[in-house]
Formats: sequence, structure tokens, C-alpha cells
Amino acid sequence: MKALAAKSGVWAGYLAVLLLLPLIFDSILAISIFNQMAIAIVFALSYNMLLGQGGMLSFGHAVYFGLGGFLAVHALLMMENEAVYFSIAFIPLIGGLTGLLAGVFIGSFSTRKAGTVFAMISLGIGELVAASSLIFTGFFGGEAGVSGDRTFGPPLFGMDFFSDVDVYYLAAFWVFVSTVFMYLFTRTPAGRMANAVRDNPERAEFIGYSARWVRFISFCASGMFAGVAGGLFALNYEFLTDENLNLVTSGRVLLMAYIGGLGFFIGPIIGAIILTLMNFLLSNYTELWLLYLGIMFVLTVLFLPRGFAGFIMMHRLAWLRGSLHTLALPYLLTGLPALLFVLCAVCLLELSHAAEPVLHFLGLSLARDSVTVWAGLLLLATLGWYLTRKSVPGLRRAWEAANAPDADAAREQAT
Amino acid sequence: MPEVLVFATLNGLVTGLLLFMLASGLTVIFSMMGVLNFAHASFYMLGAYFAYSISLYFGYWTGLILAPLIVGVLGALVERYGLRRVHQHGHVAELVFTFGLAFLIEEAVQFFWGQDTKNYQTPDLLDFPLFTLFGQEFSAYRGFMLAISIGIFIGLYQVLTRSRVGLIIQAAISHPHMVANLGHNVPLIFTAVFGVGTALAGLAGVIAGPVLTTFPGMALVLGSIVFVIVVIGGLGSLPGAFLASLLIGLLQSYAIAANVGMPDLLALLGLEFPRSHPLDDLWTLNLSQIAPILPFLLLVLVLIFRPTGLMGKREQ
Repeated sequence: MKALAAKSGVWAGYLAVLLLLPLIFDSILAISIFNQMAIAIVFALSYNMLLGQGGMLSFGHAVYFGLGGFLAVHALLMMENEAVYFSIAFIPLIGGLTGLLAGVFIGSFSTRKAGTVFAMISLGIGELVAASSLIFTGFFGGEAGVSGDRTFGPPLFGMDFFSDVDVYYLAAFWVFVSTVFMYLFTRTPAGRMANAVRDNPERAEFIGYSARWVRFISFCASGMFAGVAGGLFALNYEFLTDENLNLVTSGRVLLMAYIGGLGFFIGPIIGAIILTLMNFLLSNYTELWLLYLGIMFVLTVLFLPRGFAGFIMMHRLAWLRGSLHTLALPYLLTGLPALLFVLCAVCLLELSHAAEPVLHFLGLSLARDSVTVWAGLLLLATLGWYLTRKSVPGLRRAWEAANAPDADAAREQAT
Repeated sequence: MPEVLVFATLNGLVTGLLLFMLASGLTVIFSMMGVLNFAHASFYMLGAYFAYSISLYFGYWTGLILAPLIVGVLGALVERYGLRRVHQHGHVAELVFTFGLAFLIEEAVQFFWGQDTKNYQTPDLLDFPLFTLFGQEFSAYRGFMLAISIGIFIGLYQVLTRSRVGLIIQAAISHPHMVANLGHNVPLIFTAVFGVGTALAGLAGVIAGPVLTTFPGMALVLGSIVFVIVVIGGLGSLPGAFLASLLIGLLQSYAIAANVGMPDLLALLGLEFPRSHPLDDLWTLNLSQIAPILPFLLLVLVLIFRPTGLMGKREQ
């Protein structure tokens, strides 16, 4: 009962945040960031359904996103031509249905195997659809893409969808509904079996489940929610190109889900928020942000295989033991030099790429061609690196002490 | 017609053998570590860029020798400090790691060399037509590419099947623990093979750079096709990769050269559609238009009907 109350509290909080966000940050830029986040959250969650919960690594998830989006744009166009007339609140549903249909068709042959074979089929289909989108220009619009107009439908609750805020509330509704349903899916027998098949398909088959059928169900559901995200994208941008179908988009959703953390339901949400924010904040300041993203991604795979959510959840044990505070100082001792190193490294990268002779970085004005600046930064970076390396053993010891089974006993003895 | 056929065949062979240079390394690495290296084509791109930079100062031939070596060392470092670390988290993590690496290398190339296409030229020594057939020239450089690729193929085959090193590698692929028990350093063998595989990719980049243009997207263009080849040929099968490379090379070359399409087929069947038909794009489709998607079509078909590939042995 208590757990149920806590859970409904979390969901109520989620809903409240979704509803209150545009009231707190009401600038046009903030709203457009939120819209993009909403799309990214649904898309990344749908991807996690596949990879995190079903163990199917897909390099072509953008297919369902893009197809859903294209159908949604065509629905908008039909509305514009007065062929149909319904509220655009249902547009994401059209995207979802398209994604579901595509999932049923493609999943019917691609879910036979998981692992490398599945990854390769998804890559092949992704490339096939992306290349076809440039050939069949009637439907996909070629390189120019297809654009629609969302304002031709009837108004809904007094919203006519001229402004981005209206779209945000619509998107927030769909994000909430999709999140609830995707969460509930993980609780159904189908969702549970997806985990089992991911971990050990042979055992699942011995119990009497068809691994392929279980994968197929996850795959279709995942395609459907990707389609919903595509529909939201169509509503927000009113514009789709072949890029929404190709490997770039597929790769981006993989990055989001992985950086956020695959094993956790909340992981992709974190990843979607981080990446969208990074996209907006960094791409305005630097041309190199994709390089930083690449470095961050590779480092995440190397050192945080369970992503940011996994990193946070790592501290659960220490939290339960009440020894979390003992980690604060070691973290600070490692974190500060690491931050120094990262800042210096970023500064050096920017400096080597600066177009103007003076680079403004964190309130500093640095001369691009000055040897002193370069030498100083190199020195600081080396210092940061050295101190970080030096403090890591201490952090490891503190970590082990905080998580040791006898931590409680040891502390009681000490007092 | 015969001149089209001859040149399409020659160009197909050049492309196919070039693809095999990439596919061979990828296949051997796969059979050893069980992971498909997504970043393999990125090493190919690095080869082209390194060779371009070296050729600016020391000429083409120095680049031809040095660039693959540099790429090979980089590859070995990636295996030693990246892949080996990720290995404990399973195959999905490895695949994702190489995917991230491909992404990172593309961005790094843009960081160091910029986004524009590099003016990487064929060497003057090979800048003449090798022979003229039916009034069409076949450049000496393409002949050189053909020769290098065939040389690599024969050399690789000889080393892997005839030499002691090749025997140890083959043994390490099938029975790593046994080989380790016999006193061989298996992790070192893995690193070395990874290095040689990436060096081969680098070499392919060096010789392909001047013909296929050196630009930051070159890895993406070839990367997925090499993947397709390895899967169609059968994961881990070197002869299969060879067959699939030639198949894809020739298929694409013929498709581009062939001047036929749906209109011809429809005319043959005696059908005709009005120009404004909703499926107009389909009825006017040309074979050369769908040449880029043929490999992927083939991949999907092969995976559906013969998941082990043309010459694959074990079920993955």
C-alpha cells in the first residue's frame, strides 16, 4: 500500500512537472526546448523498450519514427486540402499506428534472432528505407522533405495550435500517456518475458515461451511509440526530411538511451533531457559540440556501462546504509581536479579551432596565438589529470568502505 | 554494348577487391572476438586522411607505406585500451562502443582536417591511361588498385593458411584457451590481428582516397556496405567475404552501367501508366537509381532466407 502511494506520488510529480514547466520557463526558446525534449523522451523510451528491456540492439529505429512522422505530415496536408477534418490532437495516434504497422511488418521477419543478426537486419532496413526515401520523392519529398501546417484542424479546448505553447501541452499529454503505457508494459507478462528472453532465450524457450514471439511483441510496441514520437515531431516542426529516417537519427536515439542508462526505466528520460539540453546549450557556443558528444558517449560506454541512471543507482546501497555522506569528500577531491582537466582540455580544443584571435571562455579572454596561454593551459590540464589520477585510489577505498557489509557494525564500534 | 560490359566488369572488380580489403579485416576480427567492428570503415577514412597529409610533405609513396602503419597502431591501441575493457560487459556493449568510436572518429576528422573535400591526387607516376579499349581509357591507377588488392588477397590467404603465424591465429580463433595453455599470448595475438585488420582498412583508404574522394563522410558511405558484405558472405568466413565483395562490387557496377529500368519492363509487358499516377516514382524507376540500395536489399533477403550467409558455418 505504501509502495503504491509512493509510486502514484512519483507519477503525480511527473505530471505536475510536465504541466508547470512552461509556466516557470516561459520564454519561446525554453518552450521549443521542452517540445524537443518531449519528442526525445518518447523516442528514447521506445528505444529502451527494444534494447534495454528486450536486448535487441537496433541501428534502424529512426525508420518507425520517420515513417510515423511522414504519415502525420501527410495527414496534416490532407487536412489542409480538406480531405479529412479532425483534431490534430490525434496526429500522434496516426504516427503510432504507422509505427505499429511498420513494426508488425518488419518485426515479422527481423525478430527471429536477437544479437548481431538483429542488429544487422535493423541496419540494413534502416539504410534501405533511408535510401528509398530519396528515390520515392512523391511521398518523401526527396531531399527537400515534406512540410505541412498544423493550424487547419478544429481548435481543441480553445487552443488553435498557432503557438508552440499549445503544442507543448499537447505533447505533454502524449508524453505522459506514452510514459504511463510504456511503464505499464514493463509490468505486463509480455514485458517481464521480454526481460527473460533478453537474459536467457534458451531458458525462456524451455519454460514454453516462444522467444521470437516475445521479441515480436516488444518490437511492435516499441515501433508504435517511436511512431508517436514521430507524430509529435511532425506537429512541432511541421516538416520532415530524409534525415528523420536515416542512420543519424537512429544513432542519436541510441546515444540518448545509452548515456541515460539502459537498464532503468528512467534512464532514457534522463538521457533525452541531457542530450537535448546539450544540443541547445552547446551548439550555440561551439561548432565542436558533436565532438564532445562523441567523447562523452565513448567514455560512458567505457566507464559507465549502465549510464547516468546506473551511476545514480550505484549509490543506493550506500544510501540505505546511511554512509553516503562519507563519499562526499572523496568525490570532491576527485571531481574538482577532473573538472579542471576537462575545462582546460575543452579550452585547448576551442583555442586550436578558434576563428578569431581572442577566445572568450568562461569569462576569460584568451589570446589564440599566445604561447603563455597554451603553456599555462597545458600545465593546468596536466595538473588536473595528475591530481585526478592520484585521488582515484582514495575514492575507491572510500567507496569500498561505504559499501562494505560491516559498515554499520564498524561505525557502531567506533561510537 | 561489349565496351559497357567490359568496363563495368573492370570497375566492379576494382570496387569489389577494395571492399574485400576492408571486409577481410572485419571478418577476421569478427571470428576472433565475436564483435562486428562498426568503426572499421572509420579506420579506412583515417588511412586516406593520414596519407593525404603525408603526401603533402613527402609524396604519395611515403603515405602509402606510413599511413597504414599509423592506422594499424591506432587500431591496436583501441583494442588494447577500449575494446578489451568493454568486452566484460558483453557483445552489445562492444558493438555500441565501436559505434560510438565511428561517431567520434568522424567528428575528430572534421576537427583536424575540416569539413571540406581534400584534394588528394593520384601520383603523377600513375597518371596515364593503362590501355584504351573501344575508345575508352582505363587509368593506370585503377590497374594499380587492382594489383594491390589482388596482392593483399593472395598474401593474406598465404599467411593465414600456410604460415606458422597463420596457424596460431586460426587456432586462437577456434580454441583460445588451448592456445593460451600452449604458451601463446592470446590477448597479444588479438591485439595484433586487430591492428593488422585496421591497417588493411587504412591501406584501402590510402589507395581509394584519390579515386573515391577524401571527405568526412567517406566512412559512412562505405561502412555499411562493408557490413553488408561480411554478413552476406557469412559472419567469420573469409572466402564468403571475398565472394560477397565481388558480388556487391559487380552488382553495383552493372546496375549503374545498365540503362534499363521499370519503363523498359513495362514496355516489355505492354503496360502503360499515366504520368500523374500516384506510384509514378515506381514506374519510372531506373536500375542505376536503385544501385545504392541493392546491397541492403540483398542483405535483408539473405538474412531472411539464409541467416548464416552464403558461406557461414555456425548459427549466430
